[in-house]
Amino acid sequence: MTNPIIARFQLDYGAFQLAVDLSLPGSGITVLFGHSGSGKTTLLRCIAGLQQAQQGFLEINGTNWQDSEHDVFLPTHKRALGYVFQEANLFPHLTVAGNLQFGLKRIAKQSNTADVQHILELLGIDHLLKRKPDCLSGGERQRVAIARALALNPEVLLMDEPLASLDFKRKQEILPFISRLHRDLNIPVLYVTHSQQEVAQLADHLVVLEGGRALASGPLSETLSRLDVPLAQDREAATVWPVTIVEHEVDYHLTRVTFAGGTLSLPTVDAVIGTPLRVQIYARDVSIALEVPTATSILNVLPATITGLADDHGGGLSVVRLQVGGLALLAHITRKSALLLNLQIGMAVYVQIKGTSILN
Amino acid sequence: MLSPADIEALLLTFKVAIISTALMMLFGTPLAWWLARTHSAWKGLINAVVALPLVLPPTVLGFYLLVLMGPAGVIGEFTNWLGIGTLPFTFEGLVIASVLYSMPFVVQPLQAAFTTIGELPLEAAATLRAGPLDTFFSVVVPLAKPGFLTAAILGFTHTVGEFGVVLMIGGNIPGKTRVVSVQIYNHVEALQYSEAHLLAGVLLVFSFAVLLVLYTVLKTQPVAHQLK
Repeated sequence: MTNPIIARFQLDYGAFQLAVDLSLPGSGITVLFGHSGSGKTTLLRCIAGLQQAQQGFLEINGTNWQDSEHDVFLPTHKRALGYVFQEANLFPHLTVAGNLQFGLKRIAKQSNTADVQHILELLGIDHLLKRKPDCLSGGERQRVAIARALALNPEVLLMDEPLASLDFKRKQEILPFISRLHRDLNIPVLYVTHSQQEVAQLADHLVVLEGGRALASGPLSETLSRLDVPLAQDREAATVWPVTIVEHEVDYHLTRVTFAGGTLSLPTVDAVIGTPLRVQIYARDVSIALEVPTATSILNVLPATITGLADDHGGGLSVVRLQVGGLALLAHITRKSALLLNLQIGMAVYVQIKGTSILN
Repeated sequence: MLSPADIEALLLTFKVAIISTALMMLFGTPLAWWLARTHSAWKGLINAVVALPLVLPPTVLGFYLLVLMGPAGVIGEFTNWLGIGTLPFTFEGLVIASVLYSMPFVVQPLQAAFTTIGELPLEAAATLRAGPLDTFFSVVVPLAKPGFLTAAILGFTHTVGEFGVVLMIGGNIPGKTRVVSVQIYNHVEALQYSEAHLLAGVLLVFSFAVLLVLYTVLKTQPVAHQLK
């Protein structure tokens, strides 16, 4: 599916208003990010039809699901979607197999169903089929819920904070499954979360919501580095780069990767040459020099151009947005350093990257 | 031993109870579903009307039904107009009175069960392509099974035990409206204590056995909890 998802909603609950006008990619994982009360779950529920926005237009893969101007509102059960709830929400009276078949029994015979066996293996739950939900761990329940939604081969998979109720270990157990899903099954995913870590690990496209409005919507690296979005000022601000392994320097326990416009050295990664990786670079790990630093222990020194400057509203930090080859990067430096170096938009500088973390 | 008249009264009682329970489940289920889910301003009023027979003396309820269903009452005029005569002192009238009298014992456990289920399983079913009616039968009914059992059993046993309403609306017509409770009263009036003992014993054992099943085998919460 390549048609974009068009979602326009206006909803007024008095104390809370949702007003969004979004065009989202028809493939990959789109993360709807925001703090509680930002409207991210309400937006997802409007897309699912679980809530009806007074004013709304929604088109998925060329099919109109809502158009309030023409009194079109497809009820949830007639929408070709998969929905994963925050707390799995399996039917307690049915076994795992019964839960999986619930939807399968109800979709039209002629529609092409997903390869259920493949999904069971992908999520590692084929040995649980005879169990009841109350005999499963939290992580297993959530994996069954994902499989139950995917078994219908939906046109879009909606996930509402599917990891929020799980501990760190369980999260790490499920995250790889989710990032593998859209590559293996090619179903667009809309994923709601308030966790920046999940954004970095999963998102291809990022929508930042606040107070019922979309502050930004765009490709992940671009959106993470936007200075007008509060994320860039956050202590945990980071950018995420897609890179590819090109060389292993076995003697030094390093792996070299390329990205659009340069190469980076990373701590050794146990994967074959050619493997794509996501590398997260925290803004606090990036420093700026006006000339090539000749004597430095830092391996990753790259030429860059300053494309934006902002301060952090009252703290001592300057937030610098840089262009490195084809990718954007954020740096948090002290305001004093920014003044001493007289940093200006358009300046050619060098960035030193002190640390990186590999996300997959 | 039980006399033929006693057996007739027993059979009639169970007939009234079975038909009334079936009707109460039929009408009580959608009513309880509506009460469990509505945000309507009418909810409080309807809840109060449904619960009224719990606190009203049966004779009061029976008296009003007698007046309403009698030839001068609104319902009586309507049934006369339909050409089916008036309902007091008939089997049908007894069933209608029983349904109204025992309705809270059916509606309240169902309403509690539906409320406990909440919104989430319904939403899950909707995202799995189940329409509202489909969801009701494939998700709500299995999840509310203890509520349905409690409602049916309480509705049935309560109807079996009714007396005051029957006396007001049905009288004492053998084979038509003379149920067990009335028959026991007749025996006592006639000082036939041993016959009264026997029949009362049958009812006592029956009611106790049913409640024992309800609270031990089905592990249902006591009625007081259900009605809160």
